[in-house]
Amino acid sequence: MEWEIVIGIETHAQLSTESKIFSGASTNFGADPNVNACEVDIALPGVLPVLNKKAVEKAIQFGIATGARVNRQSIFARKNYFYPDLPKGYQISQFENPVVEGGEIKISVDGEEKIIRLTRAHLEEDAGKSLHEDFVGMSGIDLNRAGTPLLEIVSEPDMRSAREAVEYARHLHTLVQWIGVCDGNMQEGNFRCDANVSVRKKGEKEFGTRREIKNLNSFRFLQQAIEFEAQWQIEQIEDGHKIIQATVLFDPDSGETRLMRTKEDAHDYRYFPDPDLLPLNIDEKWFTSVEQAMPELPLAKIERYVKDLGLSAIDAQSMVASKGISDFFESAISQIPESETRKISKLVANWINGDLAAALNKEQVELVDSPVTAKMIGDLAQRIADNTLSSKLAKQVFEGLWNGSGSVDEIIEKEGLKQLSDSSELETFADQVIAANPQQAEDFRGGKEKALNALVGQMMKLTKGKANPAQVNEILRKKLA
Amino acid sequence: MFDKSLKELASSLASKDFSSVELTQAYLDRAKELNTSINAFVTIDEEQSLAQARSADQKIAQGNIQALTGIPIAHKDIWCAKGWMTTCGSKMLQNFKAPYNAHIIDRFNTAGSIIQGKTNMDEFAMGSSNETSFFGHVKNPWDSSRVPGGSSGGSAAAVAARMTPAATGTDTGGSIRQPAALCGISGLKPTYGLVSRYGMIAFASSLDQGGPMARSAEDLAILTEVMVDYDMRDSTSLKRDPVNYSANLETSIAGIKIGLPKEYFSDEVSPDVQKAVASAIGEYKKLGAEIVDVSLPTSPLSVAAYYVIAPAEASSNLSRFDGVRYGHRAKEYKDLNEMYAKTRAEGFGAEVKRRILIGTYVLSHGYYDAYYIKAQKIRRLISQDFAQAFEKCDLILSPTAPGTAFGIGEKASDPVQMYLSDIFTIAANLAGLPAMSIPCGLDDANLPIGLQLIGNYFDEARMLNAAHMYQKATDWHLKQAPLK
Repeated sequence: MEWEIVIGIETHAQLSTESKIFSGASTNFGADPNVNACEVDIALPGVLPVLNKKAVEKAIQFGIATGARVNRQSIFARKNYFYPDLPKGYQISQFENPVVEGGEIKISVDGEEKIIRLTRAHLEEDAGKSLHEDFVGMSGIDLNRAGTPLLEIVSEPDMRSAREAVEYARHLHTLVQWIGVCDGNMQEGNFRCDANVSVRKKGEKEFGTRREIKNLNSFRFLQQAIEFEAQWQIEQIEDGHKIIQATVLFDPDSGETRLMRTKEDAHDYRYFPDPDLLPLNIDEKWFTSVEQAMPELPLAKIERYVKDLGLSAIDAQSMVASKGISDFFESAISQIPESETRKISKLVANWINGDLAAALNKEQVELVDSPVTAKMIGDLAQRIADNTLSSKLAKQVFEGLWNGSGSVDEIIEKEGLKQLSDSSELETFADQVIAANPQQAEDFRGGKEKALNALVGQMMKLTKGKANPAQVNEILRKKLA
Repeated sequence: MFDKSLKELASSLASKDFSSVELTQAYLDRAKELNTSINAFVTIDEEQSLAQARSADQKIAQGNIQALTGIPIAHKDIWCAKGWMTTCGSKMLQNFKAPYNAHIIDRFNTAGSIIQGKTNMDEFAMGSSNETSFFGHVKNPWDSSRVPGGSSGGSAAAVAARMTPAATGTDTGGSIRQPAALCGISGLKPTYGLVSRYGMIAFASSLDQGGPMARSAEDLAILTEVMVDYDMRDSTSLKRDPVNYSANLETSIAGIKIGLPKEYFSDEVSPDVQKAVASAIGEYKKLGAEIVDVSLPTSPLSVAAYYVIAPAEASSNLSRFDGVRYGHRAKEYKDLNEMYAKTRAEGFGAEVKRRILIGTYVLSHGYYDAYYIKAQKIRRLISQDFAQAFEKCDLILSPTAPGTAFGIGEKASDPVQMYLSDIFTIAANLAGLPAMSIPCGLDDANLPIGLQLIGNYFDEARMLNAAHMYQKATDWHLKQAPLK
C-alpha cells in the first residue's frame, strides 16, 4: 500500500524588537530571572497592555514579503488558560482577525519547485518559563520571556514529506532573517516549529486525523520527528488502529514522539476580543512607509543580478543564499565603476563561490568573520579585469589577503606579482625564446599549431609566470607569421 | 472646617487659617471615630497621610499651590497607590501593598492632595450594596441599618458622613452614581476613556471608568479636572485638549433641552422617588430648560446585556489572582491544580465566584455566540438609542435608582433584585456616556434620593453646569446625614 504524508507547520518566530509587545521591558536574552519583567509583564493588579508598533511593522513586513494580505484592521483576543508562567491567566493573541492572511513560500526539493501556501500570521505574546530543575519540591518562574513578541506563522497542509517540511522551514527561516523581523536563533528558541502530521492512502481526498508535534527547535529534529511520527501512524493504521487527534512531544534522545494530551482534554480557551486593546488599524500611510523601508527580497535581487549585472541564474541564486552573502556581494561590487560592473560582478561571484567559500569552509570561519573583506574581493576582481593579475597570480594574492599581509595592491607590490604586459619587454623575451627553440618555431611555421604551446610555456617560464598568456600568444604569432 | 467646599478649603489653606496637617489630622480623627460604626475606610495610615500634609504645608509656605494642595481626598481601594494597601475589598488582596501608582493617584499627587485613606467597596467592585466586601459591609450614614449602595459605597458614605472632603470612585454599571444617590452626595462617571484605568484593578475593562464623588457639582468639577487626563499606558485613554470644567458652571441653562426617557419613568420607580424627580424637573423648567420626551427602547435589555458582558470580562480579568506571584495563596495543596482551586475558593467571595462562573459560561465554546455576541449587539443598539435621543435633547434626566437605600441583608440573597437596583445606570456604561447623580430630595424615611443626568460624549462641562445651577437653586445637596 502506498501512503501519503500530509504536513502543515505552525512556526513561532520571535520578532526582534528592543522591547516587549505590550510593555516597555527589554527583550534581551540571558538576563537573571525576572530582571526583564516589569509590572505589566508580571501582571500586577491594575496594569494594562500597550501595543508595540515595531512588532506590528515586522508583521506587516512579513505579510509583504510573502505576498499576503495585510489586514487593515485586526483584533487582539485573549486566550484564557491557567499556567504559572502565564501571569495574566490569559495570553494576548489574535484569533478571528489576524494581521496577516494568505501568502506563500516557494521551496525547491531536488530541483523541483513547489509553492507552500500560508494560512495566516498573527501577533501574540510569549509566556514565561517554568524552571523545574533548580528547586526541590517547587518550581521557579522566570518571566523575562513573558510578553516577548511572537509572529505565529501557519501554513496550509501543503507538504508531503519530511524533506519538504524541512525545506519550507529553512526557506521561512531564511526569509524572516532576510527581512530582519527575526534573528532566527533556534538554540534560544527564537524560531520554533510545531508540525501537524497525518497520513492517508495515496489518491484519497480526505485528510487523515492529525497529530501535532510541539516545539521542534532544529531542522534535524523537525525531519526526524516527522519521519518517526508518519511511520508510527502508518503502522497504527496498518495494524487496524485509528489515529486519535492529539498533541505529542518529540524526544531527541530516543528519536520518538510521545503523547502529551488528546483532544478530549484540550482546553476551551474562551477567546474573546481583549477590551484593553483597541482594534489594530493600519492606515495606508503607515503601510506605505513600512513597504518603502522593506529590504529588497531575494527574488527581486536574482532578477536584478541577472538583468543588470549579467550573472547567470545559478550564480545569481547563490549570491542570495543568505542575507549575509548578498550583503557581502553587493558591498564587493559597490566601488566598481558602472561601465565595468557586468564584467567584474561575474568575477566577484566566482571568487565568493570559489576560493573564498573554500577557505571559509576549510578554516571553519563564518562569512561575517572573514579576514578577506568584501572590498578586498572587489579590488582583486578589478585587478584581474584590468590585466594586472592573471588568475594564477590572483590566487597568490588571495592567500596574502587571507593571511593579513595587506591590501590587494600592497601585496602585488610587495611580492612583485604584477603581470608583465609591457609589449616591448615581452617582444624581447619572445625573440629570445624563438632563437632558443628554432625547431618548434619551424614546426609552427609549418602549420603545427601545437608547437606554439611549447613556446608559450617557455615564455611563461622566462617571465616567472607574470606574463599575460593571451598577450604572449599574440606576440609569438605575430613574430612567427 | 468640615462644612467647607474644596474651593473654600483651598482658600483657607492659602490664607493659613489652618495648615494641611491640621486639616488632615482633623479629618483623620473624625474618620477614625465614625469608621467604627460606618466602616467606610479599610485603610487609614496616619503616618503616610501626615507626611504628605507636612510636605504640602511646605509647598504652601513657598507659594507653590496647585488646585488641591494640602486637601485630603479618600480613594476607593481599587486604585493602586504606592506603599498603600490596595485590597479591592477582597481577601485575595488582603496583604497586597501596591508597588506603583495608578495614573489618577499620580495626578492627585501632582495636584497636591493628601491621600486620606482607602475606602471600602464591594469585592472587586461587584455589588450594589457594599455587602460583598471582605472587610465588612459599610453602613449608610443616614440610617445605619441600611446599605450605602455600591460598589463605591465606602467613598459615598465617607463623603456623606463628612469623614473626608471628597473621594474617588469607579463606575462599571452605576458604582459611583447609585451609592451617591443612596448617600445623598454628588458623583460623576465621565465619558469612557477620559480617566485612565492604569492602576485601577479591573472588573470589566470595557465598562470601568473612574470618577469623583463629592458634596457638590462645583467640587466635582475641580476633581474632574484632576482626574481627566490622557495616559499612554491605557490604550483606551483618549487624547483631547484639557477642559476647564469649572469655567462654565455659572452659565445660564435657559434654552437647554432636557430629555425624559419614558422607559425610565415606569412603575418600578418608588412614589417618593417619582415625586422628587418630578419636582426636580419643575426646578429645571424654572431655570429655563425645555423638557422633551425621548425614548430609549432597548434600555429594558441593558441589565441582561450587562450581566453577560461584565462577568465575561471579569472572568478573564480575575484570572491573574492565582496565588502564584502575589496575593492570597492556599496554605496546603497537593499539586498545581489544587493550589489554584483552593487559593481561588478561599480568596474570592460568593458574588465574585458567581460572576466568574457566569462569565466563564458565556465565553465557553458553543455559548459565545448566543450570549456574548448577542449582548454586544444589544450594546450597539443601546448606543444607537442614545444617539437618536441626543438628536432631540442636550441632556437626559432620570432617577438614578428606582428606590432609596435598602436594608442591609434585604437583597443580599436575591442577586437579580440586587442587579435591578442598577437598572437606570447601566445603559450609560454600555454606551460609554458620561452620567452623574445629584441629590434631589428625601423620602418619607428621610433617605436621600438621586437625580441622574446623562450627557452626550465629552459633555461633562454642560452636565456639571446644569447640576451646579440646580444646586444653586435648591439645597438638597446641603442636607446632612443625621449624625451626632
